[in-house]
Amino acid sequence: MMQAKEALAVVHELRGKDDVVITTMTPARDWMTMPQGPLDLVLVPSAMSHATSMGLGLALAQPERRVIVCNGDGSMVMNLGSLVSIAEARAANLTVLVFDNGTYEVTGSQRVPGAGSVNFVQLADGAGFRATFQFFDIETWRRGARNALFAPGPTFIWLRVEPVIGLPGPKSPGPAGARATAFMEAIRGG
Amino acid sequence: MFSGEQIAELLESLGVTHVVTVPDSTIGQWQGAIEQRGATQLVRVCREGEAWQVAAGLYMGGASPLVMIQCTGLFESGDAIRNAIHDWKLPLFAIIGYRSYLNQDTLPGDTCLVFTEPTLDAWKIDYKLITAPNQFPVIAEHFAATRAGCTAGAIVVAEGKA
Repeated sequence: MMQAKEALAVVHELRGKDDVVITTMTPARDWMTMPQGPLDLVLVPSAMSHATSMGLGLALAQPERRVIVCNGDGSMVMNLGSLVSIAEARAANLTVLVFDNGTYEVTGSQRVPGAGSVNFVQLADGAGFRATFQFFDIETWRRGARNALFAPGPTFIWLRVEPVIGLPGPKSPGPAGARATAFMEAIRGG
Repeated sequence: MFSGEQIAELLESLGVTHVVTVPDSTIGQWQGAIEQRGATQLVRVCREGEAWQVAAGLYMGGASPLVMIQCTGLFESGDAIRNAIHDWKLPLFAIIGYRSYLNQDTLPGDTCLVFTEPTLDAWKIDYKLITAPNQFPVIAEHFAATRAGCTAGAIVVAEGKA
């Protein structure tokens, strides 16, 4: 396994300036410690589990951009149907990453159903994703990340990461309505 | 109450780019005409909560989406509506089928009649109820009004058998 923050830093390093990156839950908390850009959508507050759905909408509206969704495993199991919806829509520019730490970290590290036994790549394959990858250590992830992140999609990447005990959940970086306005100006003007 | 062709033509005239939908036995009958007309893309999702959040992404990305679901799916959608409309302040619009409003033969005492409109009120969604074909123009009027006000809105279409 790898540290979630160092795994996320690989995404931060490789994302292009025109790519949209959506983060939620633990990935959102860690993403906000890194330099921010106008096409970063920190989904705090979120609707529970719907980062993948929001990502699908953005990917369909902006087919020339890569949309990268950094999701948690608890959120993913809460909205598994979205994998089918994404595959149905053939969103070729959408990449979904699951940072799988086996816990609901932001609520105090309770166990996620199926922790350690759910095979997320098999779920994504079965849903009809075009490309799926799994990485369980940081060196392999660093070597394979560029190819995986930008593979013709829909693309799914499963990352096994260490839980972090005791850190608070992500705090909203500001009023969501104002951030939505700024994000829309950036994505529509770009 | 309305044909698929009527709805498809209306959606095109309103500039709706995507219909994000889970069907029921009434609104689902419109899908073929929408696809055949080709002006509006159907996005089929697995649950209604997804529909609002996919529509949110579409709207933020510059598209003009519309959510099309049954009232039962409205009940499922609460957190997604709260977040998209009230947290992120996105003026999403929906057409919602109102199960059993015109006919309760299949489901006598259908509790959809108890909860649909209070649920819309609870989520502060400005809606218009359509119970007869001659109210068809209300759809376009309400869509335009909510767009002009940059607010969320819905049309609730009375349905017959479940």
